[in-house]
Amino acid sequence: MVEFVFQAISIAVIFLLGCVGEILTEKAGHLNLGIPGIMCVGAAGGVLGVVIANNVNGFLSILLAVVFAIIFASIAGLIYAFLTVSLRCNQNVTGLALTIFGNGFASVFVNSVIKIQGINGHGAMLSLAGNKFFMAHLPFADKLGDFGKLVFGHGVLVYVAIAIAIAAAIILSFTRIGLNLRSVGESPATADAAGINVTKYKYVFILLGSAIAGLGGLLYPMQLMAGTVGSTMSSTVEGIGWLCVALVIFTLWKPALAVPGSIIFGALYIFPTFLSKFFPDATFTFAAKKLFDLIPYIATIIVLIITSIMGKKENLGPASLGVSYFREDR
Amino acid sequence: MHQLELRNIRKTFGNVVANNNVNLTLEKGEILSLLGENGCGKTTLMNMIAGIYYPDSGSILISGEEVTIKSPIDAFKHGIGMIHQHFKLVDVFTATENIILGYKEQGKFNLKKSAERIKEIADKYGFIIDPKKKIYDMSVSEKQTVEIVKVLYRGADILILDEPTAVLTPQETKKLFNVLRKMKEDGKSIIIITHKLNEVMEISDRVAVLRKGEYIGSVNAKETTESELTEMMVGKKIELNIDRSEPKNAEPRLIVSGLSTIKDDGLPGVQNVNFVANSGEILGIAGIAGSGQKELLEAIAGLTKIKDGKIEYINPENEETVNLCLKNPRQIRDLGVRLAFVPEDRLGMGLVGNMDLVDNVMLRSYEKGRSIILDRKTPGALTNQIVSELEVVTDSVHTPVRRLSGGNVQKVLVGREIASVPKVLMAAYPVRGLDINSSYLIYNLLNKEKESGSAVIFVGEDLDVLLALSDRLLVLNGGRISGIVDARTTTKEEVGLLMTKTVAHEEE
Amino acid sequence: MARENHKEPLFHIVKRMNISEGAKVGIRVLSIVIGLLIAAIFVISLSSESHNFFGFFGSMVSGVFSTPRKLWRFLLEAALLLGVSIALVPAFKMRFWNLGGNGQILMGCLGTCMVMFYLGGKLPDPVLWILMFIAAVLFAGVWAVIPAIFKSFFRTNESLFTLMLNYIASILVGYFIAFWYTNGTGAMDPLTDGRLPTLGSSPFGKYFLPIVLFVFVTVAIYLYLRYSKHGYELSVVGESENTARYIGLNVKVVTIRTVALSGALCGLVGFILSGGINYMMSTTMDGNMGFTGIMVAWLSQFSPIIMVFISLFIAFVTNGMAQVNEDFGFTDENLSAVIRGIIFFLLIASEFFVSYKIIWREDAQKVVDKIAFPFVWIGKKLNPVFEKIGSFFKGISLKARKGGK
Repeated sequence: MVEFVFQAISIAVIFLLGCVGEILTEKAGHLNLGIPGIMCVGAAGGVLGVVIANNVNGFLSILLAVVFAIIFASIAGLIYAFLTVSLRCNQNVTGLALTIFGNGFASVFVNSVIKIQGINGHGAMLSLAGNKFFMAHLPFADKLGDFGKLVFGHGVLVYVAIAIAIAAAIILSFTRIGLNLRSVGESPATADAAGINVTKYKYVFILLGSAIAGLGGLLYPMQLMAGTVGSTMSSTVEGIGWLCVALVIFTLWKPALAVPGSIIFGALYIFPTFLSKFFPDATFTFAAKKLFDLIPYIATIIVLIITSIMGKKENLGPASLGVSYFREDR
Repeated sequence: MHQLELRNIRKTFGNVVANNNVNLTLEKGEILSLLGENGCGKTTLMNMIAGIYYPDSGSILISGEEVTIKSPIDAFKHGIGMIHQHFKLVDVFTATENIILGYKEQGKFNLKKSAERIKEIADKYGFIIDPKKKIYDMSVSEKQTVEIVKVLYRGADILILDEPTAVLTPQETKKLFNVLRKMKEDGKSIIIITHKLNEVMEISDRVAVLRKGEYIGSVNAKETTESELTEMMVGKKIELNIDRSEPKNAEPRLIVSGLSTIKDDGLPGVQNVNFVANSGEILGIAGIAGSGQKELLEAIAGLTKIKDGKIEYINPENEETVNLCLKNPRQIRDLGVRLAFVPEDRLGMGLVGNMDLVDNVMLRSYEKGRSIILDRKTPGALTNQIVSELEVVTDSVHTPVRRLSGGNVQKVLVGREIASVPKVLMAAYPVRGLDINSSYLIYNLLNKEKESGSAVIFVGEDLDVLLALSDRLLVLNGGRISGIVDARTTTKEEVGLLMTKTVAHEEE
Repeated sequence: MARENHKEPLFHIVKRMNISEGAKVGIRVLSIVIGLLIAAIFVISLSSESHNFFGFFGSMVSGVFSTPRKLWRFLLEAALLLGVSIALVPAFKMRFWNLGGNGQILMGCLGTCMVMFYLGGKLPDPVLWILMFIAAVLFAGVWAVIPAIFKSFFRTNESLFTLMLNYIASILVGYFIAFWYTNGTGAMDPLTDGRLPTLGSSPFGKYFLPIVLFVFVTVAIYLYLRYSKHGYELSVVGESENTARYIGLNVKVVTIRTVALSGALCGLVGFILSGGINYMMSTTMDGNMGFTGIMVAWLSQFSPIIMVFISLFIAFVTNGMAQVNEDFGFTDENLSAVIRGIIFFLLIASEFFVSYKIIWREDAQKVVDKIAFPFVWIGKKLNPVFEKIGSFFKGISLKARKGGK
């Protein structure tokens, strides 16, 4: 059970960062379907950082990985922002193109690295020793038993992720910047008339959201997969990315709710691999296990339906989500 | 020295001159009414002061100094705040959040403190406002209050209100005027745009009149009369040259009894409406904007939820009575009811802007026949007929309708509706935004329909036209009928009174 | 005159009212050319084996045209993409964001394979074909109708709903494969019964009928949208729900009916993929065509002729890149996705220049003029060609219109 929760938290932080990134973007009025692609690109950037740091120094390893993940993801976010904010292109179409691009890019990139650095005798795997720095946790955690392991036993980026979610929640609800951002997503014309620089807000928060999501992508190879990079990394990250988009609805656009929400999703995501531990007597066929993968998607659909039936305005997402703003239209 | 002064302001949109050579002054602690007919450039002029538009030429002076106002922010910096007719508020925000939005206040972000300040302002001027209430829970007048407080919160000295009473009940209007008087006592200068004379006389110190974009002059409210103001507004009395024949063979065609409707937002639309529309007669409907005109016509056309009452159509062919309630437009048509409807929102409801003329002309008739294939031949011929008979200016019948000018769009719409040889023709604001020639064409078409025996229901905003064109005039006031009068014998004053007086009625 | 020194912004943007057909074609061609140039630079700079700039284009062309097999494969790829794109158009035209093409294709595959798996050998092949078709169309149609129903009645966001259904479809396909083949590889063996008829075993024989089918479907959907009452109704609903109510249309019925058609057509693609080409299914058999198809449909603005060209072009890039991969020493087939992504970005961006115009401040205009001079010069030289191409397209659509009168 402890192992299950521990693992659930490990993957939950990826969901959390992806979800918070998407929330910030959506609060600016942009439904970014490119987030899965951005997470792929972020993961690729992170791998590059670890490779460059070459396992010399733990701090450098993490720093370079984070910096490259953020830079890569922000560039991807910038493409999206330029097309949808400045050129007012359709957000859905641009986002899908970005996801196609990001997945492909990460795949090509990672496989090139594997090809060049191909070590450990694995043709399609790359083991990055730098991961030990990501996994390093507080020394006393082990001594505190199960509780210590669950609370203090994670790598540093897990705590960073939770801090980011809390910070995002505070900024959105309790600061002037948050108020302005929400108004941009709800009604850009109103924000514009109130003297808020709509374009600036959109750019800043699309980039910020992309960077955070990219960081989430980085966590997949370095934290969850313990430094092992395989050829299927990008398609798995893309799948996680779509769940992050779904999680935004599940958490009703609230970063604070994203923390428990992502843990639930994390638990659902890894539940199938823990089946034999939870039900030692029952035997599941290989096929039946697969059906458990459905749960997060079905849960999201149910939430989507329930929120739309209840029709409470706050729970339906920003009013101008997906609509380009052109001042002369008013 | 004037608080605000405009010198030789000119503004054009393309070839249209919206304002020309406007000079205007506003003193400190004064309420100025800006009076003029619809479309005379009042709002455009005020938008230039508020930073929405930028004048082509001329200058704006505040306290004697020339200023440049390029954006609403610039306007705020100079202490100018405008309350637009269409509120600019974020629906899911509270009053407080909306009020402080975008305002770069000194000190920390503190909603509680801001709410306290809002309360202070409200108490000072006698507003009633709940700072924590969300906008989507508010009534129109509450939203207006938020807009006004928003402007005051930023320390505006000059307030511009664009038709603030158009959406208010008489009681709410009274409250608003009390607030405005208090602000005036506090030294604020206020410009209020309106075209309601009684309000002008009641609230303002001075009245400035615009006509066709030009400044006509200003007079002290105490030294003028309504008739003088009217003359300034409309210029020399124009004799409307609309023919009006005596109704022939008038018999009941549409009988509406006890009709009440509910709007999409759950609020009541029209309440307990009773009237009869006769064949061969034009029934005019008058009322200030939003008094239930739209709801009434849409209820008859089968587009609104009906709570109560009956709408009966008497088929002239077999004298049978058909109830139109709870039927959609197609079902109504299938019952053999010949009902034509020219809605207010031409490109949003009556026509599809991106479709060509032919596709628009067949909107109401395309489904005829069993075939699954569309027949564009018949509507194509009809379109050509409409284009030539009504002199629609268009490149071809395959031009998207949105590319046509307003008058031509309306000709296509009215042409299509009349082509269905209706027995009841309803037209909502059919001449809004049209030039004189197109307007007369529409009047003539309505008259023709009347002479051919249709029951015509005409919702208008220009009282002169209503009085000259209609046979009988139904006046709506707050969703209820405040009177049905003979348009030949009544006076403008009587109708105006019916439109604006507070109707005493028992609350249900 | 002004007291404060307000500078006029460097440029502002206005909506274009009219744009010539030549300019439209020109802008798009330019964006494709730039996209290919970026792609070439990207590939040669990343490659460890070859840095031949022109070799890139050579590889692409040879990857598509060098053998009959490649050529037919290319045409098939384009036809399938065209099939998905045209399937999405009716829903799209109604402003229904069907992002669930992938899932609907997979459900089509699932339906087809279920019939082949369970009934194969028990019934004669022609009966199987009919049942496979029905199952594919039904499964995919239902997959699309579910979100449509919720959208109609509760305004549930359809784009996210359909996205989620993609994953559910993929998991279901994985489930059935694992259920049928318990060896745990997750792969399915090709089935032998119920294979759709071919014209022989050559690539031509195998691919010709599917290609003809999708060309036929494209024409049929074009006619449906343009000349049928249903097509007319769905455009009214898409343009303005208020108008639809005004003329007494039942918006819910039209929505559900149209989306069902859209899903069923995606299912048809799955039917061909599983029943006529691969004789099996996999969780990625959709090839992401649902997403690519959205882009093709959007970029072509519902014009089937442009859709044919974009489908051909995207298939050209996909298949050409396979050859580039080989020639330039890449191991990852996803390189083509990267290149497609880049080209999509540029095509999407080009839509901005089609619908908006940038007006520069006077002094900036002079600089812009200087920079743009060579391009304008080339543009002027090429303009007659573009005009011809543009008027060709317009001519076709006008002719089609007149034909219907």
